[in-house]
Amino acid sequence: MNALLHTRAQRIAGFILAFLILIIGMICSIAFGAANIHWRTVIEAFTNFNGSQEHLIVTTARLPRALIAAAAGASLAVAGTLMQAVTRNPLASPSLFGINAGAAFFVVAGSAFFGAGGLSTFATLAFIGAAVAAALVYILGSIGSDGLTPLKVTLAGAAMTAFFSSLSLGVLMTSGQTFDQVLFWFVGSVAGRDLDIFLSAAPYMAVALIGAWIMARHMNLLTLGEDVATGLGQKTLTIKLIAGIFVVLLAGGSVSIAGPIAFVGIMIPHLTRHLVGLDHRWVIPYSAVLGGILLLYADVGSRYIAFPKEVPVGVMTAVIGVPFFVYIARRGDAS
Amino acid sequence: MNNGLTPQGAKRAFRIGNRTLSMIVLLLIANAVVMILCTGLGSTMISPVNVVKALLGHGDAAASMIILKLRLPRVVIAIMIGSMLAVSGAVLQGIVRNPLTSPDVIGITGGAALGTVVFILYFSHLSIRFMPVSSIIGAFGAALLIYLFAYRHGITPLRLVLIGIGMATAITAVTYMLILSAQFTPTAVAVKAFTFMTGSIYGASWERDVLTLLPWWAILMPLAFMNARHLNVQALGDEVAIGVGSRVQFNRTMLLVISVALAGSAAAIGGTIGFIGLMAPHIARKLVGPAYGGVLPVSALTGSLVLMLADLAARTAFNPLDIPAGVFTAAIGAPFFIYLIFRHRRA
Repeated sequence: MNALLHTRAQRIAGFILAFLILIIGMICSIAFGAANIHWRTVIEAFTNFNGSQEHLIVTTARLPRALIAAAAGASLAVAGTLMQAVTRNPLASPSLFGINAGAAFFVVAGSAFFGAGGLSTFATLAFIGAAVAAALVYILGSIGSDGLTPLKVTLAGAAMTAFFSSLSLGVLMTSGQTFDQVLFWFVGSVAGRDLDIFLSAAPYMAVALIGAWIMARHMNLLTLGEDVATGLGQKTLTIKLIAGIFVVLLAGGSVSIAGPIAFVGIMIPHLTRHLVGLDHRWVIPYSAVLGGILLLYADVGSRYIAFPKEVPVGVMTAVIGVPFFVYIARRGDAS
Repeated sequence: MNNGLTPQGAKRAFRIGNRTLSMIVLLLIANAVVMILCTGLGSTMISPVNVVKALLGHGDAAASMIILKLRLPRVVIAIMIGSMLAVSGAVLQGIVRNPLTSPDVIGITGGAALGTVVFILYFSHLSIRFMPVSSIIGAFGAALLIYLFAYRHGITPLRLVLIGIGMATAITAVTYMLILSAQFTPTAVAVKAFTFMTGSIYGASWERDVLTLLPWWAILMPLAFMNARHLNVQALGDEVAIGVGSRVQFNRTMLLVISVALAGSAAAIGGTIGFIGLMAPHIARKLVGPAYGGVLPVSALTGSLVLMLADLAARTAFNPLDIPAGVFTAAIGAPFFIYLIFRHRRA
């Protein structure tokens, strides 16, 4: 594959540039919206907080929102990268393989039936749901002599997604929760969260992101194929298992704070590989930053589509994601 | 096997063996029994005898009121939608020659739901009779997009399914966006939209729902049955089909139009009820073998049976709450789907 950035210097420069775009995105996310806030006021809110309404908006509404968007985007993108490496399937991603839907169902069911309301339980439930769905789809997809074929695993993922979302809707209707709030979360939204929600999941996501980067070398060998990786002395099962745990932490964490957001996990890894090639030591950090960028800017855009009402950011990513998805599905089939 | 697969057999619209015929009769009886049971069960229990009495016009006033005004339209709608979705799925599986497709998996039902939501939001001043038209347009739009995107030197089932799944996700997202950005009180619309998106026949009435759907059912179902023989020929593969003199492309388009129209009009009333279009044809093939002359009617009867039972569960399982029937079809359908993947693992 011809990477766009092929020398080390270019890649470092590109990464710094991407990181700057991410920071600018966060500032935009904090500054723009139903109430536009001057960037100087934004900075003042942190350096010289005076309790004014604008400062309050910045610190209690906009800042958590920007952080959540960046964290969820980064997590979903890296989760997609890991899944695509492990399954060697270009369409693997947390949304398509039912992991997001599984996590969402466990959160919905847990809060409805067992009255789980604490933030840490939210995250835990999401992790359990993500793990259950991931295991189910992986097992179902690899049943049979031909192993993990793209068609089978994708169909299994689609079936689990339909299954879990239907059950979630059923539970939502029986429990009679406040509906409009949940609906936004259910489609995937980063709005209306406070900092505590972000902090409840952030440590897990951070650990998984760093862990994924540390094991990038092993992921590289895994993409060469099971046989080669084993021949080079890799314990493939252990690596897959660890990667699976990271995927669960990343996808579950992002669902617990932002709902099941689709397509980020498909788009970003492809885009990243186009930029920096197949080396996961680069792909993983790039994916994280680009994923954060995508979700931040999609979120800012989602505030203006139906202004002054807001559209859940999950809708934005779905609409942006389709052309990508079509492109990948058409190409992946030919190889 | 007596299944009308020979060219001579294909000349007749139906050539149904004894086994198929007895299966159809059996399923008709089963449908009638379940229909009476479903009409009787609910928050007010009415014994089957009283149900029959009320149906014949001899029941007591209160029971007759509940049965004829409240329960029967809902059961009738379940029968119609169940059979339409099942036949739509059977035809689609025949065209694509892939047993794992169905209108809801590849996004056609989603397109219909989008069409319906657009109608509800922007054309609600028109008569409800036009709602199926809007849904069918949505279904065709989705089908066309999927077909175009999946077309590259012909259509492969894999690409069609993959693209369909991706489109289904996106269409659902767009539908939610329309609902959320609409100018209504959010909660009421959200509940309604949620119910619709899961697939529900809650509160079906004669005037509003049955009469709206009936013409479509009455035209499209016979049309599908009349085209069953073309499906048999399609199943043999393009080359053989052309060899026996079938106008393959024309017939395929015709069949696709029927399938999409069936799924679309069913979704106008029932929303996105999943998995029936997937399950019913498989059950039918298990019961009467692969010839479509038998598969289509048996699918229809199986589909109506499944949806009646799913809706019964939806009404009664969490009484007094009314869960969308689509939750229950998904609860049965997803394991069934997994079983299918498992069974076709060597395919």
